Amino acid sequence: MSDIDYKDRGSILKPLKSLSFFGRSPVTEKIEPRAASANYRGFHVNDWTKCVGCSTCQKVCDNAAITMVRIPGLEADPIKGIRDERPAIDYGRCCWCGLCVDICPTGSLALSREYVHTCTEDQLSSYFVLPDPNGMHGVAYDKGWAKTADADLIDLERQDMHELPAEQRIGNFSEMVLGYDDQQALLEASRCVQCGMCHDACPTHMHAPQYIRAIWEGKMEEAVRWIYETNPFAHICGRVCTRRCEDACSIGHRGEPIAIRWLKRYAMDAVPHERVKQIALANKVDTPTGKRIAVIGGGPAGLTAAFDLAKLGHGVTVFEAQDQPGGMTRYGIPEYRLPYDRIDRDIDVIRSAGVDIRCNVRIGQDTPLDTLRAEYDAVLLAIGLQEGRQTRIPNSQNDKVFRAVDLLAKITANEPFEVPHCAVVIGGGNVAMDIARSLARLQKQQYGHVNVVITALEEQQHFLADPDEIKEALEEGIVIRDQCGPQGCEIDASGKLIGLKTWKVISIFDENKRFAPRYDEAGETIHVCDTVIEAIGQSAETSLLGSELTESLAWDRGRLKVDEDGRTSEPWLWTAGDCVNGPDVVHAVADGHRCAASIHAVLTNSEQT
Amino acid sequence: MRPENYQSFHQPPSHEYELFFGPNHPGIEGNYALRVQLHGDEVLRARADGGYLHRGFEKLMEGRLWIQNIALVPRICVPDPVPMEVCYSLAIEQLGGLEVPERAQWIRVMQLELSRIAAHLFTFGGHAATTGMYTPMFWGIADRDLILDLFEELSGGRVYHIYNIPGGVRRDLPEGYLDRVRKTLEYIESRLPDYDNLMFQNQIFVRRATGTGTMTQQQALEWGVTGPNLRATGLEFDVRRDDPYLVYDQLEFDIPVEEAGDAWARALVRRSELKESLRILRQVVDRLPSIGGPIRAPIPNPLAWNLPAGDVYTRVESSKGELAYYVVSNGGDKPYRVHVRGPSAMHAVQVLENLVTGGRVEDVAQIMFSLDACPPEVDR
Repeated sequence: MSDIDYKDRGSILKPLKSLSFFGRSPVTEKIEPRAASANYRGFHVNDWTKCVGCSTCQKVCDNAAITMVRIPGLEADPIKGIRDERPAIDYGRCCWCGLCVDICPTGSLALSREYVHTCTEDQLSSYFVLPDPNGMHGVAYDKGWAKTADADLIDLERQDMHELPAEQRIGNFSEMVLGYDDQQALLEASRCVQCGMCHDACPTHMHAPQYIRAIWEGKMEEAVRWIYETNPFAHICGRVCTRRCEDACSIGHRGEPIAIRWLKRYAMDAVPHERVKQIALANKVDTPTGKRIAVIGGGPAGLTAAFDLAKLGHGVTVFEAQDQPGGMTRYGIPEYRLPYDRIDRDIDVIRSAGVDIRCNVRIGQDTPLDTLRAEYDAVLLAIGLQEGRQTRIPNSQNDKVFRAVDLLAKITANEPFEVPHCAVVIGGGNVAMDIARSLARLQKQQYGHVNVVITALEEQQHFLADPDEIKEALEEGIVIRDQCGPQGCEIDASGKLIGLKTWKVISIFDENKRFAPRYDEAGETIHVCDTVIEAIGQSAETSLLGSELTESLAWDRGRLKVDEDGRTSEPWLWTAGDCVNGPDVVHAVADGHRCAASIHAVLTNSEQT
Repeated sequence: MRPENYQSFHQPPSHEYELFFGPNHPGIEGNYALRVQLHGDEVLRARADGGYLHRGFEKLMEGRLWIQNIALVPRICVPDPVPMEVCYSLAIEQLGGLEVPERAQWIRVMQLELSRIAAHLFTFGGHAATTGMYTPMFWGIADRDLILDLFEELSGGRVYHIYNIPGGVRRDLPEGYLDRVRKTLEYIESRLPDYDNLMFQNQIFVRRATGTGTMTQQQALEWGVTGPNLRATGLEFDVRRDDPYLVYDQLEFDIPVEEAGDAWARALVRRSELKESLRILRQVVDRLPSIGGPIRAPIPNPLAWNLPAGDVYTRVESSKGELAYYVVSNGGDKPYRVHVRGPSAMHAVQVLENLVTGGRVEDVAQIMFSLDACPPEVDR
């Protein structure tokens, strides 16, 4: 029962009590306009310099109040993952829930403390407002509801990839990355906000949002189908892609980008190979066109083009100089990063599309290029960059100075060579890491210790190599000496290589951004070694063209000049891949698609001369 | 010419007339209507006529991601939105197996009780106004505003807080927030004698409310009555104590009960509950500083969040009665079905129809306010 004594009628004077209210401040009073609370959910403000136009706010908006509007003149760079679009809010629909703020991957969006919508028409004529840092009525208010760390709806942390620890991986060439398990793949895929920045950044425009979504939905075959839409080098790119996608990923602005490469790898490994083949060839044309195309070089560019053209019904023959197809993916990338059976799987899919791959045929030596020109309707030159560049420092003609690509090819082909006891690698790119880490493994196998030094011009944080590679190389006991400019190989009286002399680098580029390294002679170091390996880049070996053709073709700074479709100045000859457009697998794949499309268009329009 | 035996099908006897009570009527809560058959002042029959506030919440929820619905649910009961948010979140947490951090649970209890006070103050005003006293209405709304200030500071929104999210709450308490809560509590407590003086010891109100809209405990149970309305018939039932959620089992509070089952008893129960809410809030404010930790369990990316297939029924004690959500998931990223058991769905339909029947037309408004019916809960 209530403790209120409602039966008490009190005294007759009780109404006089109300007089006391004259002495009290009124309960209802006129309130002057006041500032809203510190995390008020008012009108939006958007920092346009931080916003990348990823449209995640639009996706989470429960009232569909957000529209992405293209702003002419804004920076748009697919490689960096920036679009020239900014969110516009329809305040006729907005409910100020602030989910857009909590999910914003970059943290550019916030709600301000501005709450008065009433204004005259010349101030604002529409409910449809494009928020910018200046606030809705041009009066900058403080930020109200803004992103805080404990309220973030974006998962910034990537699923850890299981890897072999350094001591287990150093003595052998078994694959060091173990791949995601089902649960990890699901969780990693669920982090994606489907903004599509990865698709825009990818050279071959892989449908990453679609296959990540498919992985999240548990539809692996669907994921494989999306992957094969744009990339027949699916297993390979799932392992060694340089992943422009992850650089552009909007989650990467504040956290770790989605592991798109590992997800691709997971999807490819999850589907049986025979089923992958069926999915990949589902849209193959049944009727042959009767056209024949020769592809010189069985690397990513050549095989991608061959795969596309074969699916379109053309007869394609690939001529590969080495024992096995795959190009640099097989002969350049060490097995611990990319096992050969995965290359074989990708190539098996390409072969089953009807591509005839002939290995051990070196065009120019075994078969003249003119024969191909006569026998085929079109020729695609996809020879890559096979020649290792040389430093041409003094004494670099010594027989213990090698090119990295040559040694890597020897390791792949299992050709015997004397493993150096102590090697110095010149170069700070991925090839330098590959050869250094391969040699370290061989040393461990044969001598029980690792003795490899990497020297490079750049500072370590500016190496061209993938930071993961550098980290892993250090874990494996490889020594990195940065800012070392090679000046000459040291030899003893008998002509035996005993070391590499370097000077400390002061700067690499001159004021015009041209390559002109300056050295400090005082910082001279002799790196003692019995072998020096140059890993400072590769060049194309174009002697197969013959002098006549070399003369008649148009060139552009040492590379064949091509139009935007990859066609050279000779109408029957296309070229693709590293030899024209560097520098990695996925660019080569993109190039292969482009050339294949151009060749197909030309051949089916009977423009062939 | 009409035939001889013509008689309109619904022709009422000539002494009866029909009154459209609402949807636009100061004596009705929200956009709701009653069609009342009168004979003089006496109500012969009444028919609840809802639907004016129907926005299809339950259907809308099926088309939205799990997390997007948090912006929708508070709209189902405007004066008391927090139980909606909490109850929906509890359902999602149960479906998804989320463990709500302790700090978030205490913050939720704090909001729930603040919201209960705000809602009861609002209802006092309404109830008093139906008996012709407008001062408690101004007071109630003005004092409720102080609580809305607290909500504004906490959540950035005065009415629709959208502050609870599956997994916990969206922001931590602002600096010095609990002190301000304490201050507001003190102020509201100091106001209670004024309310008593003006309303609960006021013979005009006491006499108007006593014996009006009486129901027995038996009737209440048959009609699905819950909350203060049920407790006003003598049954001591409160979800907070009988099916504890959050941290209510760690709090000390009494359940006020009245026996009479009339409008007066219902008002008294609410008035006593105000005191209990203040008591709970004091305990929460004392305990909260010592409870650290996160304010939200980690939840997956809302754009890619599937909840396991299954169904859950969660209930909380709102200021109106037992509020429950029945949520069905078919394993997707959106609800397959959400059913909201708004307590007012019973109070404003069958209970209201029955209670006003046989009464007088001037009591219709009072009975509705004494039941504290919230029309959007009917029309969700």
